[in-house]
Amino acid sequence: MSATGSMKKQKQLNNALVNGILILICIIWLVPTVGVLVTSFRQSQDIFSSGWWAVLPHKQWVEKSEFTIPETVDVTGPFEVEGITTTFEELREGVTLPDGRQISWFGNRRTRLIKVYEQEWVGFGANLTLDNYKNVLTGTKISFKDAEGKEITRQGNNLGTAFLNSVAVAVPATIIPILIAAFAAYGFAWLNFPGRKLLFTIVVAMLVVPLQIALVPILQDYTKLNLNGTFLGIWLAHTGFGIPLAVYLLFNYVSQLPRDILESAFIDGASSFTIFTKLILPLSVPALASFAIFQFLWVWNDYLVALVLLGDQNRVITSALAAIVGEKGQDWHLLTAGAFISMMLPLAVFFALQRFFVRGMMAGSVKG
Amino acid sequence: MTSSDMPKNSGGPLAWLATGVGRILAAVFVPIVTFLVLWQGFIFLRNNQAPQIVMVLVSILWGVGGVALLYWVANWMVEKLPDNARGLIQPFVFVGPAVAILAWFLAIPVVRTLILSFQDETSSNFVGLTNYVFALTDRIMLEAFRNNLLWMIFGTGLSVGLGLLVAVLADRTRLESVYKAIIFMPMAISFVGAGVIWKFMYTYKGEGTGISEIGLINAIVLALGGQSQPWLSIPPWNNFFLIVIMVWLQTGYAMVIISSAIKGVPAELLEAARIDGATEIKAFFNVTVPYIKGTLLTVTTTIVIFSLKLFDIVRVMTGGNNGTNVIANEFYLQRFTYGHTGRASAIAIILLLAVVPVMVYNLRQFGERRAF
Repeated sequence: MSATGSMKKQKQLNNALVNGILILICIIWLVPTVGVLVTSFRQSQDIFSSGWWAVLPHKQWVEKSEFTIPETVDVTGPFEVEGITTTFEELREGVTLPDGRQISWFGNRRTRLIKVYEQEWVGFGANLTLDNYKNVLTGTKISFKDAEGKEITRQGNNLGTAFLNSVAVAVPATIIPILIAAFAAYGFAWLNFPGRKLLFTIVVAMLVVPLQIALVPILQDYTKLNLNGTFLGIWLAHTGFGIPLAVYLLFNYVSQLPRDILESAFIDGASSFTIFTKLILPLSVPALASFAIFQFLWVWNDYLVALVLLGDQNRVITSALAAIVGEKGQDWHLLTAGAFISMMLPLAVFFALQRFFVRGMMAGSVKG
Repeated sequence: MTSSDMPKNSGGPLAWLATGVGRILAAVFVPIVTFLVLWQGFIFLRNNQAPQIVMVLVSILWGVGGVALLYWVANWMVEKLPDNARGLIQPFVFVGPAVAILAWFLAIPVVRTLILSFQDETSSNFVGLTNYVFALTDRIMLEAFRNNLLWMIFGTGLSVGLGLLVAVLADRTRLESVYKAIIFMPMAISFVGAGVIWKFMYTYKGEGTGISEIGLINAIVLALGGQSQPWLSIPPWNNFFLIVIMVWLQTGYAMVIISSAIKGVPAELLEAARIDGATEIKAFFNVTVPYIKGTLLTVTTTIVIFSLKLFDIVRVMTGGNNGTNVIANEFYLQRFTYGHTGRASAIAIILLLAVVPVMVYNLRQFGERRAF
């Protein structure tokens, strides 16, 4: 009886320990993102003068009142104030009164100004704003206050346009490779033609090629074809880089579909094209969805390809954000709001479609 | 859209001639119209004069619709062919575009980059192995190799280790899915975004009156009685501060894969070990770890590849300065900052050679695991 009792206790202790460690790790994992999120809603002046954790409720000395010491009191030596005996030097450092309040001398010896502080809970009525988002989205002139309250004027970063550009890049760069790869996967899995095995092996072998290899020659071609900085150029590149994985994954899925269904459709006189559009595509929706999420996020989060092939023309969100880091590395009100704008869509996908998201990420991990 | 939609060839020779001519005309006309429509769309998009939202919508429609249209037209033409020719050509309508795009964007570039790597910066003269000598002996490159090695060892080790820890611990709790979601969340964030997040963590203001650190790391160091530091500019430690970002991003990946492997460990095996008197820790090392060894290796190789090709984090955080350069960043610098195509190509080839063996191993393993 007592043995099982102690085992139970041991188990509870273990459980508490396990949960404790996990909660600690989770806090470490969350805090950086939370910090950026909180900062993005703070006034620029607050951001520069205190850490973001200042918005959390905490006890802080708050100035309550002030008074001046009458000229009649000699302050060169010890003197009496608020019921205690103290000196100018001590008051400069701050003196705690018996009732918990703190008083301190403000300025030099001639001011005779004493400020009274009380410890208070602050941070509930945090001073939040959407200005940072407004400022980072726009392309026109913006102004904000620095730590000393000085007004600073800058050119806006036009993240709104960059966000739309990212949409214009990512949506076709997701659908086009899926379409092309689905056709190819069906061809490789269900159609007979000479060189099928060899071609398929070549396609899968391309998975090992890092895309850095392709950038230099592709850039040469694009310069000749005037495709530099165009959406078409970057769609094609993402299609090229995404296809080996897409074909490989979709082939695995499509080739597992039951043979009977396809054969009976073929006997009924359906053409390959009809079988593909009416049967294969609808049946492959789970695989297509997982890959689509992976490819969409890959393109959305991509920086290298966009930097090289789009450059400053049609800047996407990652390049625009990286540009702010480069040009205005200390403008944290813009950086944090910008970072959050760039993360919004992927995080929404993550929380809304978690299962597909995880599957897609797992499947996509071998991408070259 | 299929051959059955076409009028049946049942009339006299005249009718046959009419449908024959009609067929030929249509076969010529449809592709030309398709091409013209797509070309007009391209010109419209390249001139870039409409309001942005219109441009975005048109480009999405044009891009996606164009590809669908091309397949449809190609298939429509193939369906017109006699049966035996169709059987021969149709598969290539399906796989052809994928193969062609791959050839253009990956297969041929490997050869072209290889050739470029033996040429000088303007790609006009052959210079033998000069670029490779640079890539393997220059001080900057050696530093990049050292750093990639650090990323590979510490980045991978910590990601896999932490992933394993979280997977094992979370397996025993009721809130497993919540813990796992939190650790996995950074996978949704771009490296640039993660760069900003961590730059803010590390930010440093320096000493002076009235200055308070707004970066969390420095604030903690100050609160503990230490001195604030410009973390990202102290070599060689700054490499480790950058590696932290990769661990933050990749642990979730390791955790999810390892977690599903752990769930596959037969409960009887663990039970048997416990009955034999093994402690939890012993059971873990003697039963669970051997059972998931294959998965651990695959996860490790995947993250190793990731760390070899790492670019964005370094580019955004330090630009490769202060002793934090890595191979992929030096590739970028050589090609796009110094304009030395030959050297950049040699570095890219070296990257390929470094990645291929790991990748081949990885793909073999991956093939054995069902992806979806």
